[in-house]
Amino acid sequence: MGFEGIGASVRRKEDGRFLAGRGNYVDDINRPGQLYAFIRRADRPHARIRGIDTAAAAMAPGVHAVFTGKDIEADGLGGLPCGWQIHNKDGTPMAEPPHPVIAVGKVRHVGDPVAVVIAETRQAAKDAAERLVIDYEDLPGIANLRQAVAQGAAQVHDGVAGNICYDWHIGDKDAVDAAFGRAATVVKLDLTNNRLVPNAMEPRSAVGDHDAAGDYTLYTTSQNPHVIRLLMGAFVLHVPESKLRVVAPDVGGGFGSKIYHYAEEAIVTWAAGKLKRPVKWTAERNESFMSDAHGRDHESTAEMALDEQGNFLALRVRTLCNMGAYLSTFAPCVPTYLYATLLAGVYRTPAIYAEVKAVFTNTVPVDAYRGAGRPEASYLLERLADVIARDTGRDRVELRRQNFIPKDAFPYQTPVALQYDSGDYFATLDGALKAADWAGFEERRKQSAAKGKLRGIGMSTYIEACGIAPSHVVGSLGARAGLYEVATIRVHPTGSVSVLTGSHSHGQGHETTFAQIVAEKLGVPIAQVEVVHGDTQKIPFGMGTYGSRSLAVGGSAMVKAIDKVVAKGKRIAAHLMEASAEDIEFKDGKFSVAGTDRSKALAEISLAAYVPHNYPIEELEPGLDETAFYDPKNFTFPGGCHICEVEIEGDSGMARVVRFTAVDDIGRVINPMIVEGQVQGGVAQGVGQALMENAVYDANGQLLTGSFMDYTMPRAEDLPDITVGTESTMCTHNPLGSKGCGEVGAIGSPPAVINAVIDALRDYGVRHLDMPATPEKIWSIMQGGMQPGRPAMAAE
Amino acid sequence: MPQLSLTVNGKSHAVEVEGRTLLVELLREKLGLTGTHIGCDTSQCGACVVHVDGRSIKSCTMLALQAEGASVTTIEGLAKPDGTLHPMQEMFREHHALQCGFCTPGMVMSAIDLVQMHPDGLTEHEIREGLEGNLCRCTGYHNIVKAIAAAWPLMHGKQVPAAAE
Repeated sequence: MGFEGIGASVRRKEDGRFLAGRGNYVDDINRPGQLYAFIRRADRPHARIRGIDTAAAAMAPGVHAVFTGKDIEADGLGGLPCGWQIHNKDGTPMAEPPHPVIAVGKVRHVGDPVAVVIAETRQAAKDAAERLVIDYEDLPGIANLRQAVAQGAAQVHDGVAGNICYDWHIGDKDAVDAAFGRAATVVKLDLTNNRLVPNAMEPRSAVGDHDAAGDYTLYTTSQNPHVIRLLMGAFVLHVPESKLRVVAPDVGGGFGSKIYHYAEEAIVTWAAGKLKRPVKWTAERNESFMSDAHGRDHESTAEMALDEQGNFLALRVRTLCNMGAYLSTFAPCVPTYLYATLLAGVYRTPAIYAEVKAVFTNTVPVDAYRGAGRPEASYLLERLADVIARDTGRDRVELRRQNFIPKDAFPYQTPVALQYDSGDYFATLDGALKAADWAGFEERRKQSAAKGKLRGIGMSTYIEACGIAPSHVVGSLGARAGLYEVATIRVHPTGSVSVLTGSHSHGQGHETTFAQIVAEKLGVPIAQVEVVHGDTQKIPFGMGTYGSRSLAVGGSAMVKAIDKVVAKGKRIAAHLMEASAEDIEFKDGKFSVAGTDRSKALAEISLAAYVPHNYPIEELEPGLDETAFYDPKNFTFPGGCHICEVEIEGDSGMARVVRFTAVDDIGRVINPMIVEGQVQGGVAQGVGQALMENAVYDANGQLLTGSFMDYTMPRAEDLPDITVGTESTMCTHNPLGSKGCGEVGAIGSPPAVINAVIDALRDYGVRHLDMPATPEKIWSIMQGGMQPGRPAMAAE
Repeated sequence: MPQLSLTVNGKSHAVEVEGRTLLVELLREKLGLTGTHIGCDTSQCGACVVHVDGRSIKSCTMLALQAEGASVTTIEGLAKPDGTLHPMQEMFREHHALQCGFCTPGMVMSAIDLVQMHPDGLTEHEIREGLEGNLCRCTGYHNIVKAIAAAWPLMHGKQVPAAAE
């Protein structure tokens, strides 16, 4: 075996089954006697349900049952719960309207479940659902944020005045007002963060099962099966955890959209209990578009106060953010504690004040999507930095460098709650400038011009917060859960190892990287390490994978459990070698007595632990199986610099990314190959947001981009090679020093792309351009026609 | 229901299918070959690509009955009986061209056809264009392109015998 420990680009253990077509995704699971559910969804954004005639559907061939929201209500099920409570400026709690599993009385967005048909086959259920007669009374709908908060707007929920979920703020308003009063210059920018559809390639799916003993099993496409068990068991079905098993097997991408507890999970589990047959539901892609939680959707105004030298004095931000029609599981925390707390960015701005209004509309619920709040913060800051440079005639690189938090200022307390533990923004900036050959850009611009193309270069220097999060901190901020992670290290009698982790892999490669940590720390070849995840019956507990937390939090729990294994192993080794435990050293899989050649291999120790014939049984329990809960001490703070070059075709206005360089500080790297892949994938999603992707609703809330034919996904020919480098400082407060790499690509890239597009259009006097920078928008600018400007944000 | 005879991964099948049954539904639901995936309902994503008589097709866009008498190869049929992976599978692994694995079967099947159709060479631009019908949300395609470029000499050269189709 070659080197397999921390830092090795080991090829992935999981690839064998995926490449052979032997993955085990939820839709691949079929239970004996299984029935199929098809969900009839609202085809309109807002309507009163006057009646549902289920008779014809119920009599259709192969149909076993038709259920509506009234059946769910009659069985006493709860609504879908929200896991985070935000408080308003005045201290009152946010508005939290009910979120029924199946709509009762009204539908509030296109895609809202109205009825479910359960039949022998998928086709029979779908055919029968066509026979449902739903009598709607259409109501005015609302999709646009500024219109939703205007006087006289349609109301999404009775009792939620003005559609405001919460009106929240953070920072020191007086200090900011004072700084604006003495500023030499104020630069203001209005900007939109476009709404996105996550579109993991595997559509959501759920299979409910119920056995003779009354136990339920749910197989579901989830990033956090224990969280689903807790939410669905305690709040919706009222089933104790001991009677409910949730399995998230191979999951085909998540990007946040598979964190949440969705209606379909409750429907199939409940229906399986009622019908005493397993029930499967799998989304068609059109259902994904209208029922998976969407991402982003902010409207913001940002103002920076500067002194004569270009130093940032104060930042003022007002943001409207879309919650959609109901609160998804973690929606309220995204535009507050994952967004506004990041508004310091990498800059030493001394005073910051942000106001965030969350708004209900007749659209699909919005929640965390890769980056979640942090892409919105970095986009705002990094667009603003370029606009400041432009408006004040400064160099955009030097303006950033001048305002960076100095290297010796860590730990650095920002004015918006967070304390950064480590970082070196000069190193990532300089590394990226060099790797991207920033200095050589003018030559490339000339070459593009010779081909009739406009070429631009842009950058972003960003930070994000990962490794969510210290439980007492998030508890004080409104989280209704702790955010630790759990790991068990089970050394088997003959020395192979099982890792049971509460993290979940849906593309991240944990089966490999977690095994590498065991290889490094216990000296066991990765072939003898099995990583088990995604099953509440096998894993003690877990909070799951999101917010780039698996390594920083889940990996830390593993290290803590490994340390316990080693500590116990030392005591066993001391007994076997008749030495003192303090004199036992553990290295490369061997326990040895310091200063002697006496040693015992891990497998000898584990055998003695399970066959304790010669064992300190009076003072030590048998077995070598340790569990640890790790609660992080702080967030981690990955950051870096992304540089993008675009070429714009003069004839079409089509912008194409031709070079992209990311240099990130992500702390300790376990597997460089996997890190590069994570960053490249994140950048692709960020380029998608910047140039192509946009979830579009009409004024009433009809979804216009409801399929891959209307919603532009980045394809291979839309992207260049993506150069990835690291310039890492170590996280100071977790045992691995790792910060997280899953989201950096999607956080750093959108402003770099837009800054490059605007640079390419420098001869056209463009100050700002909202995402996505489509050919239509760019072509219009090049024709000297209407600039895609936007009205100032209405006073709210 | 109509009768259908076809060969899948070298094995003959005679099955009854509804007229509207898609080839992908036959493979996944009747034949239990769940390696072929369904990622969309508009023939956009390519997760369902298989080979029919040696050419890649989207199996969500073909009725099962249209495969009468055809020889179908799915991702499960690529490796040799002793488990040796097809060079394309091997290069996907070597170059970390997959993350969640969901698009991978369709991506591999498309890539093999793409390489086979270009015996005289395959540029990066041609690879990117050739993947027009396959979506991946995880990798940014960077490593998929590298894997296909690396598989080309293995499939056309003498180092590795051509894979069974």
